[in-house]
Amino acid sequence: MNHSLNKRNGVAIVGVGATPFGEHWRKSLRELALEASLSAVAEAGIRGKDIQEFFIGNMSGGMFTGQEHVAALVTDFLGLNPAPAIRVEAACASGSVAFRQGYVAIASGLYNLVAVGGVEKMTDVQGGWATAILSGAMDTEWEAYFGVTFPGIYAMIANRYMHEYGLTREQLAKVAVKNHYHGSLNPNAHLRNRITVEDVLKSPLVADPLRLFDCCPISDGAACVLLAPANEARKYTDTPILVGSCAQASDTLSLFGRRDMCTLDATRHAASQAFEESKLSPEDVDFAEVHDCFTIAEILATEDLGLCSKGRAAKLYDEEQTFIGGKLPINTDGGLKAAGHAVGATGVKQIVEAVRQLRGEAEKGRQVKGAEIGLTHSVGGSGATAVVTILRRGDSIP
Amino acid sequence: MMQSASYHWRRYKELYNLKGTRCERCGGVFFPVRDICPNCRREGKVVQIDFSGRGTVYAHTVIRAPPRGFEYLSPYAVAIVQLDEGPKVTSQIVDCRPEDVHIGMRVEACFRKLRDESADGVIVYGFKFRPVQHDL
Amino acid sequence: MVGIVGYGTYIPKWRIRVEEIAKIWGHDPENYRDGLMLEEKSVPYLDEDTATMAVEAARGALRRAPHVNPKSVGALYVGSESHPYAVKPTATIVAEAIEATPYLTAGDIEFACKAGTAGIQACMGLIRAGYIKYGMSIGSDAAQGQPADALEYTAAAGAAAYLLGEDNVIVEIEGTYSYTQDVPDFWRREGERFPRHAGRFTGEPGYFDHVLSCARGMMKQMGMSASDYDYIVLHMPNGKFPMRAAQLLGFSREKILPSLVVTKLGNSYSASSMLGLAAVLDQAKGGERILMTSYGSGAGSDAFSMLVKDGISEVQELAPTVEYYINRREYVDYALYSKFRGQLKGFG
Repeated sequence: MNHSLNKRNGVAIVGVGATPFGEHWRKSLRELALEASLSAVAEAGIRGKDIQEFFIGNMSGGMFTGQEHVAALVTDFLGLNPAPAIRVEAACASGSVAFRQGYVAIASGLYNLVAVGGVEKMTDVQGGWATAILSGAMDTEWEAYFGVTFPGIYAMIANRYMHEYGLTREQLAKVAVKNHYHGSLNPNAHLRNRITVEDVLKSPLVADPLRLFDCCPISDGAACVLLAPANEARKYTDTPILVGSCAQASDTLSLFGRRDMCTLDATRHAASQAFEESKLSPEDVDFAEVHDCFTIAEILATEDLGLCSKGRAAKLYDEEQTFIGGKLPINTDGGLKAAGHAVGATGVKQIVEAVRQLRGEAEKGRQVKGAEIGLTHSVGGSGATAVVTILRRGDSIP
Repeated sequence: MMQSASYHWRRYKELYNLKGTRCERCGGVFFPVRDICPNCRREGKVVQIDFSGRGTVYAHTVIRAPPRGFEYLSPYAVAIVQLDEGPKVTSQIVDCRPEDVHIGMRVEACFRKLRDESADGVIVYGFKFRPVQHDL
Repeated sequence: MVGIVGYGTYIPKWRIRVEEIAKIWGHDPENYRDGLMLEEKSVPYLDEDTATMAVEAARGALRRAPHVNPKSVGALYVGSESHPYAVKPTATIVAEAIEATPYLTAGDIEFACKAGTAGIQACMGLIRAGYIKYGMSIGSDAAQGQPADALEYTAAAGAAAYLLGEDNVIVEIEGTYSYTQDVPDFWRREGERFPRHAGRFTGEPGYFDHVLSCARGMMKQMGMSASDYDYIVLHMPNGKFPMRAAQLLGFSREKILPSLVVTKLGNSYSASSMLGLAAVLDQAKGGERILMTSYGSGAGSDAFSMLVKDGISEVQELAPTVEYYINRREYVDYALYSKFRGQLKGFG
């Protein structure tokens, strides 16, 4: 389905902001949302009242904090009533699906300035409850009902992938090592410690073969980006970033219903469409922020996005090509693993990071040199939803 | 979870016995029961079928950080089982040590307690799988 | 003539040895092995209970009666002293699981270890009176043994199901006889976790009075004696009691040993004598005669005089045998045993 035929406007990102991700004991959901929004708005030099609509990604304000109607809460707390706002939910892809809705709003020509936000407050519930709530992202009747957890689902993917492609436990650990290295250079990351392959292999088992250090943490956080038509972008910023394309695809909710357990078809479809619409190919990508809720997810993402062929991602890690400075930097801010995963905010945070890389604004030691084209990738559940966004420097925008 | 009797009861027939759907138009066999064929949609003709309960482990793991309500069972094996009839199912594997589950293991459905979350609530029963050890 | 049309059994896989329990309480294991004539007992897993085992046994009974459509089962009874609910029948769970619903009557029975045989008698009556075509009675228990008590060595888990009817009978029930009195030898009050027993009082006024009186009454009603029977099956709270009772009734050792599953499985309470009968049926031949007498504390015994038909040889292998279940075992230590029996608190 090629939407570009109907596109009215090119879309540009004109302002970004994000809170650090982490355990924010003293901040509530509404406070996190405000912090990220203020940051984006200040950067773009706009008045909040200019924002025509809000698209807010949030997986489960209700289960984590008791608060539904999150979109209304945000416009109220920001002092921006009566602007319309919509909360978007697609499990871990909530933020990126919200971003896509904002993109569609501008591309359609119906809007001139929208805000996309993502927020999640996860640390107000204890232990087993967070695991149970996140299980809502899978098929609750035919997967979670039987006691499968989210790590358990990805563990079965890892189990099957290792069986089919010979991936080793050590190779899988390298994904976490690399992401923690990037996270150590990122002051906004949830986890900033550097780890070794041995650290990963000694960490406690969560769901065989996945260990604690294969799993992203539970984080609080928020992020916000402002979108405008490309031909109006320079009103707001000298460094507009073009959205080359933003594609989304769906697949079976359950893992057992998938065509191939070691492939996320939703990622493949979204990537294929995103490259087609932006008239680019995987070789053009300078860096990628991919959905690494678990180390195995990054292996699959690298392949399903077309950045390498099926079964060959491990080689990239053996050769350290996915570090900043390598052939294909992946998860330059530490990814979900180290930068953190405030579920509804993550998709938007990935955009924020990609924008900063393309602007050349990343911290010392973690700037991808000469970054022109970036890709973000976000997945809901075990692969039922995937969003692929291609961003490029907006030098060509007049 | 806060859902009470009706949420669980409505599923008893499909939890107590493995049931699925066959589409007479495209020949597809599906689990769980589907009200319309995912391939043919309104043009399909779906009938409910019973599975034999026999299958092979396709992928597996051991849950060691259980969700609320399953702590007492930890650690427990979970697997995706490919039924002999084709579709795959997610379920616990019992009657063996969790570490002994392996890809290719032959298993059969059995009847167990699925959920027993509180001393004053409804007990939910349904299928799990165990290793096949006899040729019956 | 009404009789058994199919039978099925289930025993959980896990076992704990007498030595393992004795170690914890500082007992001499030999005392218990010899005194109880028992080596080990079955232990249900955390997700097994009276209902789950009853379903497995019921499914086995239907596998041995492949011509019977579950929808034609007109009555289903589950006898147990460890029903999962105090109020809500186990029988409906089983009926739903074997797809016999909705046109049948059902109910749970409690009469300590003879609840399942009481259910057999109820089915016999409904069938002979022409109200139903087939009926099923199941004895199933996941017994709780109080730690450090003598019964901890024997309180085990298992289930046996009997499908009864008048067509395609594999074992004719020639007669039934019962003996019942109000005797408080073993009981459990509402809300209490473990039963209480009256020690040595459970012997003569309990088990032996009822089993001997009932078995003798059955044989007298049939005009037969021990020599007319090829097998005797008795309730097995341990190995010693039934061996002694069989001897007192004039039966030789070879006639009781085939049914003496308790030595390897422990006392599965409502399933005990019914599992013993199944062990015999797994090897019995057409023309052989069986005397079975159950016992339930409180107290009562039900006896059955049975004649095996030739057709049994065609169905014995259609479902797992008792020997299969005896051999399907893995041992646990006392810590895992405690975990499996839900003895460890602190969740939720």
